[in-house]
Amino acid sequence: MNLIRRNLPGALVVGIPVLWIALFMLLPYGIIVTYSFWLKKYPTFVPAFQFGNYVTIFTDPQYLQVFLRTLKISILVSIASFLLAYPFAYYLVFRCRSAALRTWLYMAVIAPLWVSYLLRAYIWKTILGTEGVLNSFLISVGIIDQPSDIFLYNQFAMVVTLTYIFIPFMVMPIYTALEKIPVNLSEASADLGMGPWRSFWHVTLPLSLPGVAAGFTLTFCLSFGDFIAPFLVGGPDGNLIANVIATQFGAALNWPLGSALAIVMLVVVLTIVSLSDRMERKGMVGGH
Amino acid sequence: MTRKNPNLFARYGADTGFMTFVAVLMAFLYIPIWVLIAFSFNDSRSLTWPMTGFTFEWYRKLASNTDLLAAIGNSFYVATFATVLTLLVGVPAALVLHKFNFPGKSIFRRLILLPITLPGIVTGISMLNMFKLMGFPLSLETVIFGHATALLGVVVTQVYARLQRLPKSLEEAAFDLGATPWRSFVDITLPNIRSAIIGAGLLSFVLSFDEIPVTFFLTGRDNTLPMYIYSTMRRGVTPEINAVGTIIVLLSLILIIVAVVATRERKK
Repeated sequence: MNLIRRNLPGALVVGIPVLWIALFMLLPYGIIVTYSFWLKKYPTFVPAFQFGNYVTIFTDPQYLQVFLRTLKISILVSIASFLLAYPFAYYLVFRCRSAALRTWLYMAVIAPLWVSYLLRAYIWKTILGTEGVLNSFLISVGIIDQPSDIFLYNQFAMVVTLTYIFIPFMVMPIYTALEKIPVNLSEASADLGMGPWRSFWHVTLPLSLPGVAAGFTLTFCLSFGDFIAPFLVGGPDGNLIANVIATQFGAALNWPLGSALAIVMLVVVLTIVSLSDRMERKGMVGGH
Repeated sequence: MTRKNPNLFARYGADTGFMTFVAVLMAFLYIPIWVLIAFSFNDSRSLTWPMTGFTFEWYRKLASNTDLLAAIGNSFYVATFATVLTLLVGVPAALVLHKFNFPGKSIFRRLILLPITLPGIVTGISMLNMFKLMGFPLSLETVIFGHATALLGVVVTQVYARLQRLPKSLEEAAFDLGATPWRSFVDITLPNIRSAIIGAGLLSFVLSFDEIPVTFFLTGRDNTLPMYIYSTMRRGVTPEINAVGTIIVLLSLILIIVAVVATRERKK
């Protein structure tokens, strides 16, 4: 009895999370794996074990195209976020001399995470639209003379919006990685006669790679699975995988195909996470 | 001395370059938010430049919108319980990761952190399938379980990071003085990670309040605030959304300040 009472807190501490993971993660994932092998049979679907849904995803041009488009958009968003985030984080860590300014600027980039994600997508819809703020502004200052529809409902709008939404996820890990680099390392390389570019290229950049990898992972995975921003600003060629999944569980009522698509997404994310894990570990070994 | 001058120029040039870059980035991040706020006070239905006049009309309309008010109530309900649940599961999970070694620990860690990178849609549809299979009707309660699962990774990373920074000697001292694991947790560990827990809780609350992908699949007839806004947006752009948005921006700002103050580690 006493033994049970002494071990109860420990058992709860381990038991609750394990039970939660089993019930709300492993079991649901198991169910969609099972569903992904089922057959759609009007009006619902029947148990089966066949790979038809997966074959459809990778051979039907309709789905393959969406898959490739999603890859393209997520890669573009990651690259755009990186190009904005890295110089910014670099400036904060190595160039910004005022600690207060550094804190403020860092907070300024992270703060939008606390402001509704939906709003941040909506704002760009109101700005980029044919009747939107940007168009009417350009007309009123005389740069264009009639509304242009080149801004909204295309892949450009999607990349801008998703970059705007997910850039904090690129800044945070890069900043953390740069902060860990001892300043005397680049001083040492300068003493050894390396120019600022060479010492950046050979010392700073390699040491910050784990942060870059983490940033790419987060930004890529989050864009890869988004369906709200594409819906709001993407237009006709803006369907991403997540939109197609949502349709399968809504109007199209094809749960097996939707589940298979979700599994594909899960596998892509898991692959990227373990690749970046490996990179981070390598980076750590190299750093020591 | 003469060799130093070009260097100085280069450095000055680089600094100017960096500063311009930072200014452009800030403009990219914040001009849109100002546009959102500005148009919530503009007295025209369409969001076009130039602005026509000042009005509180859109805010007045919000106050009489019963669907919206119900949605706000639902969001508070969901976010509160989702936060409590995710802390009840997440804090122990962080402790387990910090303290124990057991076979399968790396799988445990990876699973519990997975929802951070895993798109919400996968969490949403997999839990939807499970609830349907078990015959659970969809409701705000199923949304709460969905959010608590999706936010677990956020809590675990924050609390775990704090635990890692605690000196081991503190707990060892407690044990040496004869404290039980429970006592040493309550008296030593908990006070030290309290601000991390509060920070994680606030962040979870905000993220749950704002969540769409999981809610989209798990909610029944009741709408949360973002779902309500989303369904309004599908019908088109209106300044009323800007007014709700402005209020949300303002509340977020207050919460950020609360979070910064609450999680600031006390200086000695």
